[in-house]
Amino acid sequence: MLFSEIYGTYFNVVAAILAEAAGGNLTERRMTALVREKAFAESILSIPAALKGESWPLLDHTLTPVIRHKPTMPLTILQKRWLKALLLDPRIALFDPDTTGLENVEPLYKPDTFVLFDQYADGDPYRDPGYIQCFRTVLQALREKRMLRIRFRGQTGARHSVARIPYRLEYSAKDDKFRLLTVGKHRINAVNMGRVQSCELLEEYDPRGVHLPRENTRELVLLLHDERNALERVLLHFSHFEKETIKLDERLFQMKLRYDGEDETELLIRVLSFGPMLEVKAPPDFICLVRDRLAKQNTCSLRNSPGEKSCVDQSDVSPGG
Amino acid sequence: MAYSELIKNFERIRDYMRAFYVYGFKSRSEYDAKSARSYDNERRRMESWLGGYMSFHQDAAGKRVFLSVDSRRIPHNPLYKALKAKSFTDRDITLHFYILDLLADGSALSSKEIVDHINGDYLSHFRAPFSPDESTVRKKLKEYEALGLLQSEKKGREVFYRRTDQEKPDLNSWADALAYFSEEAPLGVVGSFLLDKLQQQPSDILRFKHHYILHALDSDILYRLLQAVDERRAVELTLKSLRSGPDYRRTVCPLKLYISTQSGRQYLLGYHYRGKRMTFFRLDAIRKVAAGNVEKRYEQYMDRLEKFDQHLWGVSTGPDHNLDHIEMTVRVDPGEAFIRQRLEREKRHGTVETVDDHTCRFTADVYDAAEMLPWLRTFIGRIVDLKCSNPSVADTFREDLNRMNAMYGGDDVAVQ
Repeated sequence: MLFSEIYGTYFNVVAAILAEAAGGNLTERRMTALVREKAFAESILSIPAALKGESWPLLDHTLTPVIRHKPTMPLTILQKRWLKALLLDPRIALFDPDTTGLENVEPLYKPDTFVLFDQYADGDPYRDPGYIQCFRTVLQALREKRMLRIRFRGQTGARHSVARIPYRLEYSAKDDKFRLLTVGKHRINAVNMGRVQSCELLEEYDPRGVHLPRENTRELVLLLHDERNALERVLLHFSHFEKETIKLDERLFQMKLRYDGEDETELLIRVLSFGPMLEVKAPPDFICLVRDRLAKQNTCSLRNSPGEKSCVDQSDVSPGG
Repeated sequence: MAYSELIKNFERIRDYMRAFYVYGFKSRSEYDAKSARSYDNERRRMESWLGGYMSFHQDAAGKRVFLSVDSRRIPHNPLYKALKAKSFTDRDITLHFYILDLLADGSALSSKEIVDHINGDYLSHFRAPFSPDESTVRKKLKEYEALGLLQSEKKGREVFYRRTDQEKPDLNSWADALAYFSEEAPLGVVGSFLLDKLQQQPSDILRFKHHYILHALDSDILYRLLQAVDERRAVELTLKSLRSGPDYRRTVCPLKLYISTQSGRQYLLGYHYRGKRMTFFRLDAIRKVAAGNVEKRYEQYMDRLEKFDQHLWGVSTGPDHNLDHIEMTVRVDPGEAFIRQRLEREKRHGTVETVDDHTCRFTADVYDAAEMLPWLRTFIGRIVDLKCSNPSVADTFREDLNRMNAMYGGDDVAVQ
């Protein structure tokens, strides 16, 4: 059972409160602080009252726990099976976790149970020892707040060697790639981990001295014409952005979304993919980008030939269904 | 019944959260709630769980509440919180801490001994708000054994229970892996449950681009499907109609899960017994999964799936499983080697050939070429030829292009 109270926020918060109480440090104020920090906004109305009012007889009137150990919970079968499934994923080599106790556990699923049918085919080489080594070095630098010397090949094939402050690792499931984000003077720089040839740990840096450059966030305003189920397709496709949608008419909607200016070209082709169902209303320079693409297309003299008969002998087709 | 931020059943909040997150333009009166109070309660729960991500918009049509998250900026999927809000009784939470505490030193106790200890060691501190009988405790012990928290051993006529944490991985060594896989692996909510157990602060060094988080709401359905796939069992699915019709049922042999990294949608591909064909089902449309019998012809269906998959572009099988042949020729200007690279990495089951120094051709045979239209449009600006055995596909492409030309300035759209 996945939807179970044993994984729930309330059980976790009460465990934290009892652990604090076991150390003799629990006060009402601290209990309130723990609930505010770890539970939901309205939990403050129920958890302290249930503990103090003996509905949950776990603390006596001096806020001393009646249980004798700091609360802990074994891993469930579901948790162990999920961890075991991860051990079949090549990406687990990037993290090298302890696998004690998982030897005789059946994985919850096998990697080939899932098909990421629209994932790009040139993902990172997760089995490459060099890649794994670089990845682990980057993780270590991020954890220990250390500078990195990164040697990589740029898009043009040119070699680079730079000393950088690593900021974060960013993964895209669509690209199946990790990018290392580093702090530059005016912007966050990104290096595809797949292009990194070697990484070397340098000295520690003081995180208080690191100032992140201003973000290059822009707003795109789109009109959504709800044809061919476009409403749901568009809203799902762009759902990972911060956005707001307003209904203007029965089949007409306005969508505003905020995006990183560095990703403008990618966003452009994503907007184009919806054809006339999406109409860019602002900003003007984005409209120009769409116009440019259309103008270039108009120079391609795409033939207006009617559709041709199938080149495939349908009798050879065995769809399997 | 008094309002609680916890819920017994996930199904209703699942619909609301989806509507608030994906659509977000509906006002209170536009929700198909049983009552306005029902809407108010669900909205209040979401505000309690996800307050920081809730937004409001007031206009003449009324107040609209919606969920808005830039998932690239956050390390953890906030929607997992909904799966951590299961309600329970006072007895459930009390027995939970008592039982695990009694067995924390590695000892094995019978249900009777556990009841005696509960009464003597714990409840004696209070004015006895409740006194659990042995059958209640035994039921909880069996439930925890099924979950894997406890294991039992029979000695004579008595059953003894002990905890299962003799050998376990060091979760702290999993901190970064959990931070990653809780967002990127199937059923990532389990990773989120594990992150909650970490002694240290969860890792903050990872972020996720193109990160779809809505799948969290379908976690329980996915879990049941994975169990069925693992046990090679048929399932009866209860599905909601996507066009506001009544719920309906389908009996299928579940085979694989297809996931879109470009929309976040998840699909089950299974053999539909009555239709005698491979069929996709959206997970967000599945309300219930009931496990059936073990399927003896499972391998046979898997073999069929392997062949079937070779002509899928996405998840559409077209009206008749016949193939459309499609060819797109694109212009590649000097210095644009990346276009060929794009075609190669995005071609799926298609093929790419170089026609000459300035053109490449993509070719594919798929069940439903209309499904490719969005991808074809991403090459607008360089498509010199488009042919498809299904005439409506190329026709639709051209008509859409004409409409876009009109939308952005008519025939005056000029090369800049």
